[in-house]
Amino acid sequence: MTILHWATLSPFLFALLIPMLYKYIKRIHTGWFVLIVPLVLFIYFLSFLPVTSSGGSVNQTLNWVPSLGINFNLYVDGLSLLFALLITGIGTLVVLYSIYYLSKGTEKLNNFYVYLMMFMGAMLGIVLSDNIIVIYVFWEVTSIASSLLISYWFYRKKSIDGAVKSMLITVFGGLSMLGGFSLLYVISGTFSIRELIANADMIAESSLFLPAMLLVLLGAFTKSAQFPFHIWLPDAMEAPTPVSAYLHSATMVKAGIYLVARLTPVFGGSAEWFWIISIAGTVTLFWGSISAVRQKDLKSLLAFSTISQLGLIMTLLGLGSAAFYYSDGMEDSLYTTAVLAAVFHLVNHATFKGSLFMTAGIVDHETGTRDIRKLGGLMTIMPITATVSLVGLASMAGLPPFNGFLSKELFLQATVNVVSFDFFNLETWGVLFPVFAFVASVLTFLYCIIMFAKAFTGKFKPENYDAHVHEAPWGMLISPVILGSLVIIFGLFPNILSSSIIEPAMAAIMPHTQGFDVKISHWHGWSSPALWMTIGVIVFGLGLYMLMNKWSQTSFYLKERDPLNQVYDNWYDGLVKGSQTVTRIQMTGLLRDYIAYMAIFIVMLLGYSMIRYDAFAIDTAHVSEVTPYMWLLVLAFTAATIAVPFINNRLTAVIVISVIGFLLSLFFVQFRAPDLALTQLLVETVTIILFMLVFQRLPKLKKEKSRPRFKLVNLIVSIGVGGIFTMIALSSFAFGSDVNYDSIAEYFIENSKELAGGYNMVNVILVDFRGLDTMLEILVLAIAALGVYTLIKLRLKGSEDV
Amino acid sequence: MKPIKSNEVMLQTLTRILVFIVLSFSIYLLFAGHNQPGGGFIGGLMTASGIALLYLSFDIKSVKQSLPINFITVIGIGLLLAVGTGIATMLLGYPFLTQFFDYFYLPVFGEAELTTAIPFDIGVYLVVVGAAITIFLSIAEDD
Amino acid sequence: MEILISVMIGVLFTVSTYLLLSRSLLRVVFGTLLLSHGAHLLIITMAGLQRGVSPLLSLDADAYTDPLVQAMVLTAIVIAFGVTSFILVLSYRIYKVHQTDDLEELRGSADE
Repeated sequence: MTILHWATLSPFLFALLIPMLYKYIKRIHTGWFVLIVPLVLFIYFLSFLPVTSSGGSVNQTLNWVPSLGINFNLYVDGLSLLFALLITGIGTLVVLYSIYYLSKGTEKLNNFYVYLMMFMGAMLGIVLSDNIIVIYVFWEVTSIASSLLISYWFYRKKSIDGAVKSMLITVFGGLSMLGGFSLLYVISGTFSIRELIANADMIAESSLFLPAMLLVLLGAFTKSAQFPFHIWLPDAMEAPTPVSAYLHSATMVKAGIYLVARLTPVFGGSAEWFWIISIAGTVTLFWGSISAVRQKDLKSLLAFSTISQLGLIMTLLGLGSAAFYYSDGMEDSLYTTAVLAAVFHLVNHATFKGSLFMTAGIVDHETGTRDIRKLGGLMTIMPITATVSLVGLASMAGLPPFNGFLSKELFLQATVNVVSFDFFNLETWGVLFPVFAFVASVLTFLYCIIMFAKAFTGKFKPENYDAHVHEAPWGMLISPVILGSLVIIFGLFPNILSSSIIEPAMAAIMPHTQGFDVKISHWHGWSSPALWMTIGVIVFGLGLYMLMNKWSQTSFYLKERDPLNQVYDNWYDGLVKGSQTVTRIQMTGLLRDYIAYMAIFIVMLLGYSMIRYDAFAIDTAHVSEVTPYMWLLVLAFTAATIAVPFINNRLTAVIVISVIGFLLSLFFVQFRAPDLALTQLLVETVTIILFMLVFQRLPKLKKEKSRPRFKLVNLIVSIGVGGIFTMIALSSFAFGSDVNYDSIAEYFIENSKELAGGYNMVNVILVDFRGLDTMLEILVLAIAALGVYTLIKLRLKGSEDV
Repeated sequence: MKPIKSNEVMLQTLTRILVFIVLSFSIYLLFAGHNQPGGGFIGGLMTASGIALLYLSFDIKSVKQSLPINFITVIGIGLLLAVGTGIATMLLGYPFLTQFFDYFYLPVFGEAELTTAIPFDIGVYLVVVGAAITIFLSIAEDD
Repeated sequence: MEILISVMIGVLFTVSTYLLLSRSLLRVVFGTLLLSHGAHLLIITMAGLQRGVSPLLSLDADAYTDPLVQAMVLTAIVIAFGVTSFILVLSYRIYKVHQTDDLEELRGSADE
């Protein structure tokens, strides 16, 4: 365990303390303690910047399951550091914001912060781990944490529905991703990402290349809310706003982006990777922006805009993978612009979308509503919130001089570049990318104006709100103001990021290309197509907004629910109804039926294996002799056994049962097992005493009143079970006495004296060779005794209903 | 105390003698277990049946007075003892539950073999006794 | 003898399954008890019976009966004791709470 390992796991460890802090230090908001963790981690990760910006990386190993090649190896390079800084940096601001957002008196802060820390640790695990299985484990932990946070206000039905939806979709994606990882292991024999990258050529030639890629992408697309899996994200907005700002815009949804970026060196260069990601991204970009225009709820609007922006980054990563196809080892901006834009926009999106979510949360918190039809004129009442929102929205719309303008121009440039590619049929179809990018940008511009105009301009109507509306407290404004300032700083001086953050991250995505020299500039000259596209976006966007009265009454605008939800709802209802039907048929509530299922299944399974592997055998050569005494014993034993079901008197039944037990100990004597005989004898004695004690208080045995048909079925099933076990006993004896077969018992016979100093081999096996078994066995016995004790002594209130 | 009936006198007198024999024999079985038939399970079950006999012939209350043992604690002690021998070897750097044995000369008994399996087996013995009697008493005391 | 015992094991399994399928809770308890007897005999028979003297080195013989199965069965007997007593007490509690030992009457309602 190195410091890096401890740092990665520290949120989990700190989460253990939170319930105690919450319980015992009531006076101070728990968030103040939690704030320390992301802040310290952020500063810690900043210390890696000199290493990664000079092209280096840090690799710390820790064996976990070395025999399976699963190790908790942490690897810090430009890409992971970028994400680690985002996670801890935005995390710090979000925790700070949440301190004012969630009041300490009424909210269950312990739950909230435990989930949040769980998420933070898992997210760090994803981006820092080098092992894909470890990534998968953390991946699922983020899904769980996300669902828990969405259902934080669990008494609301919508919260629970949203949580279930996100859980089902993201965990489904995670599982298929695990399948993809397993295929990668089958191909390459390693779980390490760096070794996978080293073996990229071998993986590309495999016939499993495409299935592995599709499964991994399914995981990435569900997590990053790509079309058509995006439907969980709008419903996830039921979570408290700090969570939406953190998980559902800045970090967790970018895990899919991270995975795609991380695995680009493995899969990149193939036409499938290029097309699938680019198309999925473009469709998502377009669908998200057109849906966002229709939203009336501030957070829903931001959710669809997040989907759209994630699609944008995804498209860029898809387009950027073309660089692998056309690679001569040196940077060629024609191909690398897309990746540059992806990394840069990733940072920018986190800043402006984080601040927008926080301001939307402030509006919600102070006015009690997020509906843009009710809001209006807040600019005069909440000037700071309005300013921060304006900065964020302008950046998202792609207006200068904010950072969104720069990355949006790079994005448009990258899509234009595609037209000049001469492979993957891009000469003909490539022109669609700039077209869709342009349309989506116009729509983005449009919903940005709508959001600002409806919420902050116009006339303030106090009658729309339940509460007295005023500006948020200072503490709540700190985080959005910091993010808003970053939007401006990155917009004015983009190159403070270029060599420290962007170049190392690009080098990690494209390890075979050298000589990155990123210079982001505001002005590319009049001949730049991106400039004209930006101007077009502004013109068309404004035009559409002017015409809003015309189209706002159409059903396009009035219906805001995503039509794809219908598919999910039908599927979900069908799943619930179907499983209810199956359960109702199968779960009769009768013990007999359950035992019958098991018995029939056992007979079928064992019978099938017997036939399939031709396993039945009888050995008559090695059997031992049967003495008259044994005949007598066997006859008595069999007769007593068969008699049991016919006895209708409980005392007789107990006596016959114990006769069977004592006869069994006589068998053990004959089998030359003195220890067993003694044990059986004593167990039987104690059992009788127990039976006698209980039976005084139990009802009389009655004749079975079942229908004859039932009895017949029971009998057939029972004979089936008995028959199959006779066959197993015969066969296993026959195979056991095969001469070529060495019994493991020889080891114990030879070694009990030498190794354990005992003459009674049975006892030596129990206490020495197999001591652990015995220890667990007495544990079971202890549990059984405590179970009996609690069954009798424990009386819960109203237990008669249990 | 309920009055002693005449037919119980015989039983109780016999039990006094029997229980003594049963208990001493069970202890013998426990320690002989390593080399002869016997051991923690068998010894424990025999002790348990002896104690159960006591409870059956006298009433539970009076036995509890003369035998003030909480048998759930006995289970705990037994488990601790068994785990303890395992952990003790771990502290010496051997794998969990490694057993040792050696021959010693003891003043009265002459040469004797001592092994770490004995405390382990005593742990087993205590768990078996505790569990069996706990089950027995739970049922018997229920009304 | 192994073949004879194998048949006897079959009878034990048949009877115990039949008891487990019955309506009376007490018979189910008997069924579990007999089922464990059957399992113990099965394990012991697998290794072959009477292949030598008892597994005690002090007997100093050429061949011993398999000690491993005996150790396994010894463990199983004690566990079976714990399980049997637990089930016994469980059925006792069920009877006390519900005043019936008929499993037909003990079935829960559909929504449970």
